[in-house]
Amino acid sequence: MSKTLFEKIWEKHVVESIADGPDVLYIDKHFIHEVTSPQAFAGLEKRGLPVFRPQKTIATADHNVPTLHQELPIKEALSRKQVEKLTENCAKYGVELYGLGHPFQGIVHVIGPELGITQPGMTIVCGDSHTSTHGAFGTIAFGIGTSEVEMTLATQCIMQGKPKVMRINVEGKLHPGVVSKDIILHIISKISASGATGYFVEYAGSTIRSLSMEARMTICNMSIEMGARGGMIAPDEVTFAYMRGRKFAPQGADWDKKLEEWKKLKSDDDAVFDRELNIDAGDIEPMITYGTNPGQGMGISDTVPDPEKLQDESERNALRKSLTYMGFKGGEKMKGMHVQNVFIGSCTNSRIEDFRMIASLIKGKKKSPDINVMIVPGSQQVAAQIVKEGLDKIFTESGFFIRQPGCSACLGMNEDKVPAGEYCVSTSNRNFEGRQGPNARTILASPLTAAATALTGKISDVRELLNVNPA
Amino acid sequence: MNSKAISVVTSTAVPLNIENVDTDQIIPARFLKATNREGFGKNLFRDWRYIDNDENKPHEDFVLNQKKYSGKILVAGKNFGCGSSREHAAWAIKDYGFDVVVSSFFADIFRNNALNNFLLPVVVSDGFLHKLFTAIIADPSKEITVDLPSQTITLAGGDSETFQISDYKKTCLLNGYDDINYLLSQRAKIEAFEKSI
Ligand code: SF4
Repeated sequence: MSKTLFEKIWEKHVVESIADGPDVLYIDKHFIHEVTSPQAFAGLEKRGLPVFRPQKTIATADHNVPTLHQELPIKEALSRKQVEKLTENCAKYGVELYGLGHPFQGIVHVIGPELGITQPGMTIVCGDSHTSTHGAFGTIAFGIGTSEVEMTLATQCIMQGKPKVMRINVEGKLHPGVVSKDIILHIISKISASGATGYFVEYAGSTIRSLSMEARMTICNMSIEMGARGGMIAPDEVTFAYMRGRKFAPQGADWDKKLEEWKKLKSDDDAVFDRELNIDAGDIEPMITYGTNPGQGMGISDTVPDPEKLQDESERNALRKSLTYMGFKGGEKMKGMHVQNVFIGSCTNSRIEDFRMIASLIKGKKKSPDINVMIVPGSQQVAAQIVKEGLDKIFTESGFFIRQPGCSACLGMNEDKVPAGEYCVSTSNRNFEGRQGPNARTILASPLTAAATALTGKISDVRELLNVNPA
Repeated sequence: MNSKAISVVTSTAVPLNIENVDTDQIIPARFLKATNREGFGKNLFRDWRYIDNDENKPHEDFVLNQKKYSGKILVAGKNFGCGSSREHAAWAIKDYGFDVVVSSFFADIFRNNALNNFLLPVVVSDGFLHKLFTAIIADPSKEITVDLPSQTITLAGGDSETFQISDYKKTCLLNGYDDINYLLSQRAKIEAFEKSI
């Protein structure tokens, strides 16, 4: 019987199926970080258990770390304690840790792929919902809660109901100035913040095939923002070229053997999906969000939707609430609005390609003096590569300062936050109320749109800076 | 029956008539620095509960601050618990004193997290959810009964609806077992599986 890629990988990892219950799913790789793991280790300790397969878990510190002066002790006591607890737990249980100061440290979803730990066909979990990022390599990767982190540590398995499968086909050529972040924001705006709940998504089509691995990761990363359990893309030559020679990728004869297996990882031609969605790449503009969930997005030349025009009462109330929080009115254009902050970073857009893309835009131009900009590479390796390629000079000459790796202002947890009431055009993935700090107002966008905004001080259409005509 | 188990909950309810409540609202990230599971209830819905993060300045119109509403059941708008996978959201709701959350739709990760913490997520139809909100707002002393063995939710003196839960999870909740207990009992099978790959 023909099968989807998702089903093939899932079935290979089922240890046991419980009648009218979940499957026991074997996990190949488990990533952990300081925020969602301490209670899991405490649970193990309480039960007197070791970590079952310590070589299959990798730890890093990313969510709650400063992005300036990482060489000094963390100032805030609770944050310091949380990071120290991770170090302590990893040492005690024999788990490899890429902590602060380690050359491999960084945002968990940036380091897994760049180190070659993430490999096609694997099952991967992490106590973080953006684990879906790893799906770009043709893996089943998804976020879990702390109880499930404990299960994985204790047994290398979790219990999961098998989700339904949806395919999203993106076909055609992208307009200049439109990048992968715009594709995913466009998809989420079409399907809504809950439209893929209960599904695992496979992204397919000629547009997806034409993207680099970094761009594919950006797309899979935001699968959770439409409610999907995860997102995946079948591996191909782009995937294999990216992986070859990476630190923990297979080498030599091992590589050849794996490659043969990986080449078979795709949905059968006649596989049936529970749902399919078709997107025309030519319809996509540079995107921005106007509301407080990632489904509330629009093309940069559109106007904010008017709640008073909505028929459904609960939808009307929801939109009113979002716009009140954001300080926007229905019918307004956002392009040209003054904003106080720009954040470039997060597991969505902090890879080397994002920095190359921004550097080519800002080269020879100057940052607007009216705007605060935070630029945060996803990992130590990305930070080192920026210097190696001389991109740091371009940033400095344009008046931008590059901070040290971490989740930074993506989540309003560590020192980096957006001040109350202020706007921030952000390359991260969530525009929830208070996500970047209490009462902060987040506008999600691509790295190009964020960089264009940093140059002008206003929400900008990057196509005008690139001298291409908005379609 | 151990202390974690859930069977029948009869209680008044708190109506949170907001859709797409994400886990950043349930518990903002800056309160995730603790390394234990306890005490998150006091920061539940922190930024909706207090003005300027000040416990002396409650938002009077937020449901948790309205004295007339209380109980062990939280009734919420659709797509409850979306966003971040933080289990702290389930811990905070449970720690505050809720045993049941009712909505017409839950985000997947939140649903699993709730079940793993003996916080029962009950999915009802949009129509029934609307009825619940209307009834609770009209009379905050109205009781709701959530009966896990019969998988029914009933509004005192009125309507009732059945809800779905897998047999496996139902047995776990009724007996206070968690998934880890089950997985640990399957270690031999897991080891055999490892040898087969
Ligand atoms: S960058 Fe943001 S979304 Fe990504 S892992 Fe860190 S906190 Fe989560």
